[in-house]
Amino acid sequence: MTDTQPKKANDPIIKIVGMHKWYGEFHVLSDINLEVQQGEKIVICGPSGSGKSTMIRCINRLEEHQQGQIIVNGTELTNDLKNIEKVRAEVGMVFQHFNLFPHLTILENLTLGPIWVRKTPKKKAEEIAMMYLEKVHIAEQAKKFPGQLSGGQQQRVAIARSLCMAPEVMLFDEPTSALDPEMIKEVLDVMIDLAKEGMTMLVVTHEMGFAKSVADRVMFMDAGQIVEQNNPHDFFDNPQHERTQLFLSQIL
Amino acid sequence: MNQPNNPTREYLAAPISKVGPLAWVKKNLFNTWYNSLLTILTLGALAYIVPPFFKWAFIESLWNSSSDACRDIEGACWSIVPQNIKFIILGFFPEGQEWRPILAMILLLALVIYSKERSRWTKLLAWMWPIGLIIMGTLMYGGVFGMPVVETDQWSGLPLTMMLSFFGMVMAYPLGVLLALGRQSKMPAIKTLSVVYIEMIRGVPLISLLFMSSIMFPLFLPDGMTINKVLRAQVAIIMFTAAYIAEVVRGGLQAMQRGQYEAADSLGLNYPQTMRLIILPQALKIVIPPTVGILLSAFKDTSLVVIIALYDVLKTTKVTLQNPHWTGYSTEAYLFLALLYFICCYAMSSYSRRLEKELHTGH
Ligand SMILES: Nc1ncnc2c1ncn2[C@@H]1O[C@H](COP(=O)(O)OP(=O)(O)OP(=O)(O)O)[C@@H](O)[C@H]1O
Ligand SMILES: [Mg+2]
Repeated sequence: MTDTQPKKANDPIIKIVGMHKWYGEFHVLSDINLEVQQGEKIVICGPSGSGKSTMIRCINRLEEHQQGQIIVNGTELTNDLKNIEKVRAEVGMVFQHFNLFPHLTILENLTLGPIWVRKTPKKKAEEIAMMYLEKVHIAEQAKKFPGQLSGGQQQRVAIARSLCMAPEVMLFDEPTSALDPEMIKEVLDVMIDLAKEGMTMLVVTHEMGFAKSVADRVMFMDAGQIVEQNNPHDFFDNPQHERTQLFLSQIL
Repeated sequence: MNQPNNPTREYLAAPISKVGPLAWVKKNLFNTWYNSLLTILTLGALAYIVPPFFKWAFIESLWNSSSDACRDIEGACWSIVPQNIKFIILGFFPEGQEWRPILAMILLLALVIYSKERSRWTKLLAWMWPIGLIIMGTLMYGGVFGMPVVETDQWSGLPLTMMLSFFGMVMAYPLGVLLALGRQSKMPAIKTLSVVYIEMIRGVPLISLLFMSSIMFPLFLPDGMTINKVLRAQVAIIMFTAAYIAEVVRGGLQAMQRGQYEAADSLGLNYPQTMRLIILPQALKIVIPPTVGILLSAFKDTSLVVIIALYDVLKTTKVTLQNPHWTGYSTEAYLFLALLYFICCYAMSSYSRRLEKELHTGH
């Protein structure tokens, strides 16, 4: 692990420098530069196809970048499998479609990572899992299977599953956009609690209310570039770029 | 029945067709004209076939008599089975040693039955199997504890069939899963090897594989070196079945959504863990029905080993029929065999259905 340097106190937890990505010939991300400090909450928005998902998926190497650097918690993402697994264990991810493991109970979904990746003893892993299920208000469902839960409940389980790995960073890719309106709030509430506890979060979402109340920084992406970023107050009240203005006028 | 007589409203009788067996018959057997026609034709055919068969099989039949007694009757001579049961089941296993294959078969059956409950799939069971198999092998081969050695060419009848099909299935399944994973591999060498293997095996009939393993393969061996004939047939069966399992499992793997891989990746699970804990349990469950289909044909196809002169239970039956006393009773003998095969196949497929139900988690 030659590219793992000791981390200094105010080093950014995520550092992306001059990152480019192509899908075949298609230049999907262009010159992405981003620093995220510990505890920062960043909301990413932008039109469909602008590369939001692709960018956050590069951070845990679900997608591979071809140029530039991505350094997560002092570990640079390269082809080194060991480094990739290390970063993935430290970065939690919540997907639009939950992606729970349907053949495992809720409790088993939660303990899988800790037991096999962190080598936590089963008893201990179950205790931790129950604690997080408590936290997302769903402890009584521990013995059920994902297919027996509502969408909102499943998404809360998915969040708890990531938290069980004690991640440094949480990535959310449109966590509420597959949910019925009455379930969106229960998921957002869990995320707000998490933010209050100081979790570092990158959230792709169109929930602008959430952005206004939680985000330290809101970022607008278009055509594979970060067009504008600012604190929520200035971002919403005084957008600088024409494209940002147009986008905000369409969704607000 | 006794309806309160309230003049202000009208009471309707319950629709008649809902009640009674007659209504059921009408609804299910005579609901349309072609259904009625089919019902009548079927009943006619049954009336034509069943009574004579019943008379032949049960009324005018003999169950345990000499072959001479059978000459004088019209019905079935089931006696061929009990009178020759030792040879049909055990074939050429040496006189006086019959208890050994019988004990081995009982042991195998007991292990299989014990393993049915998923709650018993523990570490203990994982130890019981290899130990059980070693005991069975020792019983069959002998050479220790004063049991004379019985070479494998004397293994025949039901123990041979059970062994070929049991090991055929048990070894072919994991091999097939590995081949399916190999075929999906990102490493070109492994992928190509798997594809070539699968397509080559699927391109030839089992008979030709058996022929090759028994006739061609020895030609390539150095002089004086032989590989056991039973073993060669066993390997051919395993190789053949594995290729088909591989294709079925590949179908299951392709049915898995990308989200499952991504969720496993994002937790930091490595490739073997992802496959073993997330992907295979789901993919293999999806393909239980076609897998069982393949295992059933593998079981039945073991009877093809007759062509390389192995005496499985079908061959021992045939040999029995060549005995001048018993020629002519092939219907009875083959019906008995069919029943034997049917019981095994039916047990397998009903177990698979139960397993499928137990593994269903409501998604
Ligand atoms: N595997 C892929 N192969 C080729 N092109 C892809 C692939 N995945 C995404 N793309 C393309 O890359 C672009 C960015 O996709 P991405 O999913 O990151 O957009 P997004 O901003 O998340 O959009 P949405 O809001 O719809 O989720 C899109 O034009 C998409 O068509
Ligand atoms: Mg997206």
